[in-house]
Amino acid sequence: MAKTDSLQGSLDLLVLKILSRRPRLHGYALMTAIADTSEDVLRAEEGSLYPALHRMEEAGWIRAEWVKRETGRRTRVYELTKAGKEQLAREELRWQTVTSAVNRVLRMA
Amino acid sequence: MSLFSRIANVFRGERLNREIEEEYASHLEEAILAGRDPLAARKALGNDLRRREESHDIRVVAWLDTLRSDFIFGWRQLKRNRVTSAAATVSLALAIGASTSAFRLIDALLWRPLPIAHPERLYVLSRQGMGFDNQPGEWDSWAYPDFQLMRTAAKGQAELIAVSWALRSDITYKTDQEMEKAVVQYVSGWMFPTFGIRPAAGRLLTANDDRAPGAAPYAVLSYDYWTRRFGRDPAVVGRTFHYGDGVYQIVGVSEKKFTGTEPGVVVDIFVPALMRPDALRPDTTWMRTLVVVDPGVAVEPLRARLAAVTYAFEKNRLSGETGLSQETLRNVLANQVRMEPAPNGVSGMQKEYSRALAVIAILVVMVLLIACANIANLMTAQAAARSREMALRVSIGAGRVRLIRLVLAESALLALFSSAGGALFSWWSAPLVVGMINPPDNPARLILPADWRVLGFGVLLIACVVLLFGLVPALRASSIKPVSALKGEDSRARPALMHGMIAAQVAFCFLVLFVAGLFVATFEHLATKPVGFSPERLLLLDTIAHHPQPAAYWDQVEDHLRTMPGVERVSQAAWPLLGGNSWNDSISVNGGPPSVTLSWFLNVGPGFFDTMRIPLLSGREFRESDGYPEAAIVNQTFAREFLHDANPVGRTFDKASDDGSFERMQVVGVVADAYYSNIRVMLPVVFVPLHHPVGATGLQPMGEVTYIVRTRSANPLSMASQLRQEVGRVRPELRVSNVETQKELLDAQTLRERMLATLAMFFAVVAILLAGVGLYGVLFYSVIQRRREIGIRIALGARPAHVVRPILSGIALALALGTAAGLTLGLVSTRSIESLLYQVKGSDPVQLAAPCLIVLLAAIMAAVPPIARALHINPVDLLRAE
Repeated sequence: MAKTDSLQGSLDLLVLKILSRRPRLHGYALMTAIADTSEDVLRAEEGSLYPALHRMEEAGWIRAEWVKRETGRRTRVYELTKAGKEQLAREELRWQTVTSAVNRVLRMA
Repeated sequence: MSLFSRIANVFRGERLNREIEEEYASHLEEAILAGRDPLAARKALGNDLRRREESHDIRVVAWLDTLRSDFIFGWRQLKRNRVTSAAATVSLALAIGASTSAFRLIDALLWRPLPIAHPERLYVLSRQGMGFDNQPGEWDSWAYPDFQLMRTAAKGQAELIAVSWALRSDITYKTDQEMEKAVVQYVSGWMFPTFGIRPAAGRLLTANDDRAPGAAPYAVLSYDYWTRRFGRDPAVVGRTFHYGDGVYQIVGVSEKKFTGTEPGVVVDIFVPALMRPDALRPDTTWMRTLVVVDPGVAVEPLRARLAAVTYAFEKNRLSGETGLSQETLRNVLANQVRMEPAPNGVSGMQKEYSRALAVIAILVVMVLLIACANIANLMTAQAAARSREMALRVSIGAGRVRLIRLVLAESALLALFSSAGGALFSWWSAPLVVGMINPPDNPARLILPADWRVLGFGVLLIACVVLLFGLVPALRASSIKPVSALKGEDSRARPALMHGMIAAQVAFCFLVLFVAGLFVATFEHLATKPVGFSPERLLLLDTIAHHPQPAAYWDQVEDHLRTMPGVERVSQAAWPLLGGNSWNDSISVNGGPPSVTLSWFLNVGPGFFDTMRIPLLSGREFRESDGYPEAAIVNQTFAREFLHDANPVGRTFDKASDDGSFERMQVVGVVADAYYSNIRVMLPVVFVPLHHPVGATGLQPMGEVTYIVRTRSANPLSMASQLRQEVGRVRPELRVSNVETQKELLDAQTLRERMLATLAMFFAVVAILLAGVGLYGVLFYSVIQRRREIGIRIALGARPAHVVRPILSGIALALALGTAAGLTLGLVSTRSIESLLYQVKGSDPVQLAAPCLIVLLAAIMAAVPPIARALHINPVDLLRAE
């Protein structure tokens, strides 16, 4: 629970960022990508990742597509839309502002 | 895009769920491939159902989704009670359809603004007071010279437009033998630019076309006529046709939306007002005066100015009239000029039918309310039967609003199906009603568009209907107390509510029956009253000649017709009785002043009374040698009113014309009374010879005559085409312009009454059927609800009367209250429909007793099956089933 919470505000940002670098990832790959790049510090819970993906899809930030895999099963891959790129920029800026503000507070205290 | 996809997702819920499942499945596969423990991976994903719900809700519009499921559930409910749903749908469809039809008719005739530039600035001038016949009334006919004076007086404040009555007339595009009918109207040339109407082809009339009498023989076709007659051929512009004595050139076609200013009449051809031959006669009123007021001009001062102009005109005109009594002159000059808003045009049909349509509309609303009450009771009963289900829903957390929505969705579905049926019914029935207003040779044509006005009315109606019958059951269902309902306690619908509905139904039903009874009695009285002549087997040939033809030609045709097989008698008259034409003048007896009461006149040939079977009481019929004006045959009313003499043969009197000339006439015969132009009033009538002697031996040529032919055939119209041809064969100068039967003319006198009686009867039958079904349903329901109690009573040996009493007492009270309320409503409302009745009074005991009896009879018929069922309840079966 605690881990999920720590990600709550930034899950969208992480997903958008990863998709901006590596488009056309499916849900599981996104999850592992978050874990790998953060060296297992951050983990996206499966239970919240998919609703988040669906929400962002409805918001028009990402676009989904079914692709056929070698196993024969279909999988759903996501990529960033134009609105998603703008959203990423906003989210990044917000994150930078917040973290630098937090850092300032930490230094002062 | 996203809202759209979310709305779209609502309607592909299954597929959406499958896709979500599939994505999770592929996730698990990945995880297992990556070496995770399948169980742990599955666990990490969380509760199957919940995450599916979560993802599902994100991707759809939630309220729309639940609404959809409400409707699907409602549809299942309706399907489960197939028979009752179908019955409810049909009855409601009938009521909605009838309401929509009534709205369409009333809107088309009375409410819809004319499709012109500023309908709100359009007024019509009329006069109110005592007429030349010394009867109070209101007239909207004007003389053109007066119109010209008023138009000049209104310059700068308003534009006046002259519009004649639209008349079905004979026109021809080639030779006289190829005459055809078209509705022709004389209008001021400047009407089109003032109304802002554009041409669909060619040009329209302008002020330039209406400057001098007879100067501009141009015509504009209506779009409708252009389509019907010429298939929208643009080459029609420039063609000519003969009408009256003139040759007109078609200069253009008016745009589609404009069909004239008379709702109920669609004009075919517009011609300039001043093309009318006697347009400038000061004593001929042949047109309506429409006023288009400029913006910002006060109406009352303008009216007063126009009234002053008219007063001066009339005073000047009447100063030369000596053929009228002083009293009549004073009365006519005292007439008030009125200026009424006419945004929706003016027509005789409006005047004649507005009240009748209003009554029909009220009857329709009654039927609608009865249908709604039925469905409300049905819904209440069904909701009560579903109380356990509702209680379960409440227990697992359904909100009150959701429950209301659930029941309302069902109602809305029912209403939607009904309105589809209703739309069909209205599409079929509204033109049918217009078709009832169909006097011979001049059918009413009411434009009945299905546009946003009708659609808006329909939507509003459905919303009202759903709330009317759906809200009460919905509120009741939602106020359920789960604990008591699940324990199987009192799940009965409150009977008081259902009984209240029954009482209301009975009251409305009574009212509809009562009004229908009055209309039927009115029609019966009018249709069966003796008219003074025998209309059966009489064929009337309205015959015209392009130019007046010698009297001998007309007689020759009469003689020939008489020799035709199948013809019994033939006579000539200037026009048929009850045909709508009339001619009146004052009478002067013994050199006295012109009478205040007017007498009516008709030129007839020898044999007229014999052909018409009007009994000759004394004296003789006309002979060939009788000429106008010497000989006269008067009816009993005339003899009584003017000559105060039962047998005045041999006496003389003078007919006073408006110009002051007197013509002496001698009574040669007296005939029994027969109706002249209207079967509601018996007028004093003088029959005068058809032939006017001129010079020493000659007779004045004639332009038109009606041949009255009594045939041997029960269907005189079967001889119409043959006789029509014979007329033209014997004398090519003459042409039959119109064929009708005397019976048709008589029927035309009671068109409105027939329509009212037919429609009211129809609604009465529907109302009594619906109310009966409603009563049956409620009784049946209460028997089912009480079957345990009844079974126990029967088991304990209760007598039948005791078993049914508790069921019947409430219903009987509802019936009594409803009838009393209906009776009161009926007596109150009869005053407002008095003008539509003839020789019937609302307070007539028979008129009041009949609906009472019918309601009682229907109630008994509706009550017998449920009561029988109650008495046949077998306690053993019942207790076993429990």
